[in-house]
Amino acid sequence: MIQIKNLRKSFDSKTVLNDMTLDIPAGQATGLVGPNGSGKTTLIKSLLGLVKPDSGLITINGTDLNGNSVYRRDIGYMPQIARYPESMKVYELLDFIKKLRDQKPVYEDELIEQFNLKPELEKSLRVLSGGNRQKVGAMVAMMFDPQILFLDEPTAGLDPQSSFKFKEWVRREKENGKTVVITSHIMSELEELTDHVVFLLEGKIRYDGSMKELLREHKDARLEAAIANMMEESTS
Amino acid sequence: MNSLLIHIIQNEWKSLLRGKWVVGYGLIFLVLTDTLLRFAGAGAEVLLSLTNVMLLFIPLVGMIYGILYIYQSREFVELLLAQPIQRKTLYKGLFAGISTPLIAAYMLGIALPLGWHGVLVSNTIAPAVMVLLLGAVLTLIFVALGFFLGLWFYEDRIKGFGFTIVIWLFLAILYDGLILALIFMFGDYPLERFVIAVSMANPIDLARIIVMLEFDISALMGYTGAVFNRFFGSSLGIITASVMLLVWVSVPAWAGLRLFAKKDF
Repeated sequence: MIQIKNLRKSFDSKTVLNDMTLDIPAGQATGLVGPNGSGKTTLIKSLLGLVKPDSGLITINGTDLNGNSVYRRDIGYMPQIARYPESMKVYELLDFIKKLRDQKPVYEDELIEQFNLKPELEKSLRVLSGGNRQKVGAMVAMMFDPQILFLDEPTAGLDPQSSFKFKEWVRREKENGKTVVITSHIMSELEELTDHVVFLLEGKIRYDGSMKELLREHKDARLEAAIANMMEESTS
Repeated sequence: MNSLLIHIIQNEWKSLLRGKWVVGYGLIFLVLTDTLLRFAGAGAEVLLSLTNVMLLFIPLVGMIYGILYIYQSREFVELLLAQPIQRKTLYKGLFAGISTPLIAAYMLGIALPLGWHGVLVSNTIAPAVMVLLLGAVLTLIFVALGFFLGLWFYEDRIKGFGFTIVIWLFLAILYDGLILALIFMFGDYPLERFVIAVSMANPIDLARIIVMLEFDISALMGYTGAVFNRFFGSSLGIITASVMLLVWVSVPAWAGLRLFAKKDF
């Protein structure tokens, strides 16, 4: 369970998170939706401790976030942009992360197999294609079997096959009771994967509820139309 | 905790060595030292020439390397910070992981030729060791400054690099000239304390002064050294300057650590 209370964050004079209060339910997949600059990435980074909020309180699994790092043992993070030291080889990166986390990977072989990464392991990250780098990012996030997954635009650079496998994996994790938070601009994907939607607009929560509810409320069969409706409502 | 630090340092060593860049850096010192020793014999002149090169070169390379690392590794640092690891541990690991290979390259580059030309066993061993150590300390100071500038101008690389170059120009090249100009302009006033204070504000000057005092040639290498010598005498001068250098190591490193600990990534 992730609890966010009165979270505020501004960069210089720009308010990115504006007094946000939100509970992200455990054991479900939550989709974070919103236009560019609405605060999705900043919210995820705040939950990871990468961004320090100006005020407010974040509690993850009962631990208050105030500069401690232990709670991140239960978190896997897949960033939007996957860039790594160029001369590092794929297996070296994985080894390094294993040592840093001091955890035994649970799904290492399985993920390598799923994503066809075996032929890439000996390559340096410089020569890897964008999609393969993205897959490495997914591995780093998921191989330790963490309780909570933060996925920031996870399928943006993936080919259809990998994207499909990736989604299968996320679905399986969800069924295993993991808490998953996904941001994406691909609404169909969120519709497939998530049961809970949080719609952010200018650092505020515009909608927070179940996917079904949202679709019913807007009498739309699709999430994209429902979100578009809400965006229009709030600009008019 | 400690093993985490070691893993980070190990990882940086691996990356740096594979980049070959740091090997080239060591080779420059190796070729230079060897050439100097061949042409000028094993006297104090060689160490002085080395010092002059080292005083210019190390600050520039250290700062550029530090700031480049921060800029190039943004996403990687973010990924590492998302792991269960304290920010301070990561910072210390990265700092040690970047600066120690540079120090090793420099030290090997100089010590090897000194060794095979027999300087390290002769009576010039003490000043030789001093030059080696000063280079190491300067590397720490300027890598820390590079880190600090990179973190401070995190979003604005042009500014970051601009400041790096300006700071280097100012400390390594212009500083002595400016002091001299001031002394020339205000020659009628007692300036000793002022000159001492000003030289303490520049780590490169401090290192230069220590070498001059060690070789007892203060008059040869600029005004500040002479003042230092007159004011403190040789050994007290070296001690004072060394203490100030240590302050110089800790201040930028600590400032960078604080920035790193508070920063939004």
